[in-house]
Amino acid sequence: MRLELAGITKRFGTLVANDHVSLTVEPGEIHCLLGENGAGKSTLMNVVFGMLRPDEGEVLVDGEVFRPSDSGEAVRRGIGMVHQHFMLVPLFTVAENVVLGFEPTRRTGILDRRRARSEIARLSEEFGLEVDPDATVESLPVGVQQRVEILKALHRDAQVLILDEPTAVLTPQEIESLFAIVRSLAASGRSVLFITHKLKEVMAVADRITVMRLGKVVGTTTPGESDEGGLASMMVGRTVELVVHKEPAQPGRPVLRLRNLTVADERGAVAVDGLEIDVHAGEILAVAGVQGNGQTELVEALTGLRPVVSGSIELDGTDMTGSSPEEMLRAGVAHVPEDRQRDGLVLAMSVEDNLVLDVYNRAPFARLGSRALDVVHANALEKLSAFDIRASSVESPVSALSGGNQQKVVVARELSREIKLLVASQPTRGLDVGSIEYVHRQIVAERDKGVAVVIVSSELDEVLALGDRIAVMFRGRIVGVVGPETGREAIGLMMAGSGAGAEDVGPVVPAGGRAPAGARAGRESS
Amino acid sequence: MRAVRATAGAEVAEATGAAEVRIVSGGRVRGMGVFLVLLAALAILGFVLRVPAKAHATFLLTAPPAISVAPLTMSVRWTAGVLAVLCGALGVLLVVRRQQRGAYLLFGLGFALFLWAFLVWAARGAQLNFVEMLVTTLISTTPLVFGALSGVMCERSGVINIAIEGQFLAGAFLGAMIGSVSGDLWLGMLAGAVAGGLFGWLLAFLALRYAVDQIIVGVVIVAFCTGLTNFLTEQVLTPDQTTLNSPQTFAPIAIPLFDKIPILGPVLFDENIFVYLAAILLVVVHVGLFRTRWGLRVRAVGEHPRAAETVGIHVLSVRYRNVILGGVIAGIGGASFTIGSVGEFSSEMTAGLGYVALAAMIFGRWRPFGALGASLLFGFSVSLQSFLAVLNVGIPSPFLAMAPYVITIAVVSGLVGRVRPPAADGAPYRRE
Ligand SMILES: Nc1ncnc2c1ncn2[C@@H]1O[C@H](COP(=O)(O)OP(=O)(O)OP(=O)(O)O)[C@@H](O)[C@H]1O
Ligand SMILES: [Mg+2]
Repeated sequence: MRLELAGITKRFGTLVANDHVSLTVEPGEIHCLLGENGAGKSTLMNVVFGMLRPDEGEVLVDGEVFRPSDSGEAVRRGIGMVHQHFMLVPLFTVAENVVLGFEPTRRTGILDRRRARSEIARLSEEFGLEVDPDATVESLPVGVQQRVEILKALHRDAQVLILDEPTAVLTPQEIESLFAIVRSLAASGRSVLFITHKLKEVMAVADRITVMRLGKVVGTTTPGESDEGGLASMMVGRTVELVVHKEPAQPGRPVLRLRNLTVADERGAVAVDGLEIDVHAGEILAVAGVQGNGQTELVEALTGLRPVVSGSIELDGTDMTGSSPEEMLRAGVAHVPEDRQRDGLVLAMSVEDNLVLDVYNRAPFARLGSRALDVVHANALEKLSAFDIRASSVESPVSALSGGNQQKVVVARELSREIKLLVASQPTRGLDVGSIEYVHRQIVAERDKGVAVVIVSSELDEVLALGDRIAVMFRGRIVGVVGPETGREAIGLMMAGSGAGAEDVGPVVPAGGRAPAGARAGRESS
Repeated sequence: MRAVRATAGAEVAEATGAAEVRIVSGGRVRGMGVFLVLLAALAILGFVLRVPAKAHATFLLTAPPAISVAPLTMSVRWTAGVLAVLCGALGVLLVVRRQQRGAYLLFGLGFALFLWAFLVWAARGAQLNFVEMLVTTLISTTPLVFGALSGVMCERSGVINIAIEGQFLAGAFLGAMIGSVSGDLWLGMLAGAVAGGLFGWLLAFLALRYAVDQIIVGVVIVAFCTGLTNFLTEQVLTPDQTTLNSPQTFAPIAIPLFDKIPILGPVLFDENIFVYLAAILLVVVHVGLFRTRWGLRVRAVGEHPRAAETVGIHVLSVRYRNVILGGVIAGIGGASFTIGSVGEFSSEMTAGLGYVALAAMIFGRWRPFGALGASLLFGFSVSLQSFLAVLNVGIPSPFLAMAPYVITIAVVSGLVGRVRPPAADGAPYRRE
């Protein structure tokens, strides 16, 4: 199916999110859409998918004008979309989510669960997307939820598949398998519109590339005609330093001590299994591992969001085991959560309020028991410019921000307190290259101020770029702690649970000084 | 063996299987067990030790037309003692077993044993017609079931309906008036349904179209219905009571053969149409919600309306439809007050039962049969209260009148614990 956008313009009040955007996706083509945070990519896709009505311009499908009044119509016309923020009902099972809206029923109108299950099994097998159809979506790690979203689109037999930052939450292996899926979809004549911030992926998978900036198309190219650096500067409008400069770590006293830490997941199964490690002031410990090996539960335990079953968490000499999130926060722990919309933001509240969620009741944001709104406002303006957060105003609800800008709000808030420990889960999820550069610099700056930093990332590039030491988690245990000079291959093997190099999992002396000065910031091809 | 979550589907499946080790046990299950043990202790102290050894209680177990069953005469000490011990044993079992599965059933059984012991004690030296007590229970339960189902319909789609009380009144009033004027009770029932549906529509219109706060709209509707029916009763019905407010009531319909079953026959199978209708609706709503395409969509809209919209479900139409249907159900429930039992409308005759129905829905975790459980408990407490008043057990009557509410809250809060409403319940929805 051929999809053509002709002069699409979409305004939100005075803000022009899409400014006469035109592009064409041919049948069988993988078309990548690149652009910085807030460039208008998601908005454009929502127009195609019938969720937003364009102010000007037309969408053409196979040459015919197509004006969907809702997304059901788009789906019936063969357009499928995997949204940047998942559109899954958390309490439903995988099968229920996949068939919702297009449910197989028996003649009596009763849902045909068996058929739903077998259809999912067939698609799973055909495209190598393994999921348990009876699992509740809520209990699945984001990576698996992503697979559910793709299954959902495939189940409706989409001819044009829009993937809005599908790889933001996937592991390298999952990304590889996604690429295989995408390529086979294209080979079968379907078209794919692929949005991502990862230039390496663009180079690997795209047939054609369209770059957007500030709502406009700034150019169309192909992987053959361009390179990562070129794409980056085309996107951001300046040369981006893909390499974050980092001095060797100067580790000090141990700030975080975990002893025999055991944590359970929702279902009561052991998720973190007797973990022991120290994290020192002035060092970054990067936790690598395939998603679902206990990282989420570890982070939740560290931040007081999840009860500790046994073992202890010691923060700067004080036993914090069993503390509430608030106590952790007051003790100097900052948290950038994995799922910003669920755990990081109050979506309906304004940007300025979200920026002080953790300190709204303290000086200088509150005086004599009443909020100091002028200070809150000034603080927001300052953070907006420091972190380059694009919002039409600081009073607008944070839900109106683009995904990357929402992430920046969380990071900005967490880094604006005096802290001892920073726990960041996928800190650059959904950020564009320019913003990644900025956030990485901030994290390194925190480290240099003497903060102990724990980064959990499923992205090997980020782990290698930031970590002074890298702890690899597998099945709830740390299977090894290595330096960033260790090859990707070796770490990849450890993540898969085999070839654990360093079995001594106790408190390992930091490999300070061995980090290459100027580790590459996440874009290199391996 | 430990199951750790992993990404591969096969391993996920394995982890959800039986091989899983639970290191977090159901604290609530233990709580229920402890509660039962305490009840057992109370029963032994109150109903066994402080009762003369020769005291007897008699339960009458027959009401026409069932085959007659001989009255059951029991020694209070022995019967209550055995029941209390059994109840305590179930409690211990719950504490030891700690398993979620079947816990509710065991708890329900234990609580029933306690109630039985209590009844034996209360009826010492007297006679208690047990069958009639069950009949009264059912009569008090029926309107609650309608109300709670109305709530389930609305809230599962994401709209809070606290206007049930108002819809009850409207249905009761119009049901009585139309039933009386036309002489056709079915027309009365229809009128009740229409009245309820109309206020359902009003709620939907204001809450969905203009995104007015749903609680406020609900309160306003109740106040409006109360005022309006009061006014009309005084000004219109009372002056012409015989034409306007003297409907018949639906006669009981005996279901052949079933109504002959001893004890339960006359309770369950010789009732009026409202009871049967409530039972049918209960099953229909349950199956509809959890087994059909319609139900899946309704629940999706109540949990995550935007996700529902992305698959082409019209969020607002689903909500409109459900809220109006909910109103219709509540309206029929309202009609059951007048043309189902009393035979005339009087001011504020629903006496806050609309709110009790709402509570039953919440206690029942937004599930039809859960709501039925809570409604039955309340209905039984009401009936218990009226029988105790007759037996003269020495509890002051204001306390007896409080009993249904106290019992319901105590049992249900211990049993249900944290409840989780539909995620989008009460939140207005706007398309972008
Ligand atoms: N519902 C809305 N109301 C007001 N402004 C909006 C709304 N949705 C998006 N915007 C604004 O439109 C602009 C484009 O947003 P969009 O989500 O399309 O960006 P994006 O390119 O997808 O960015 P990202 O890479 O961060 O996801 C942003 O400035 C955003 O704040
Ligand atoms: Mg986006």
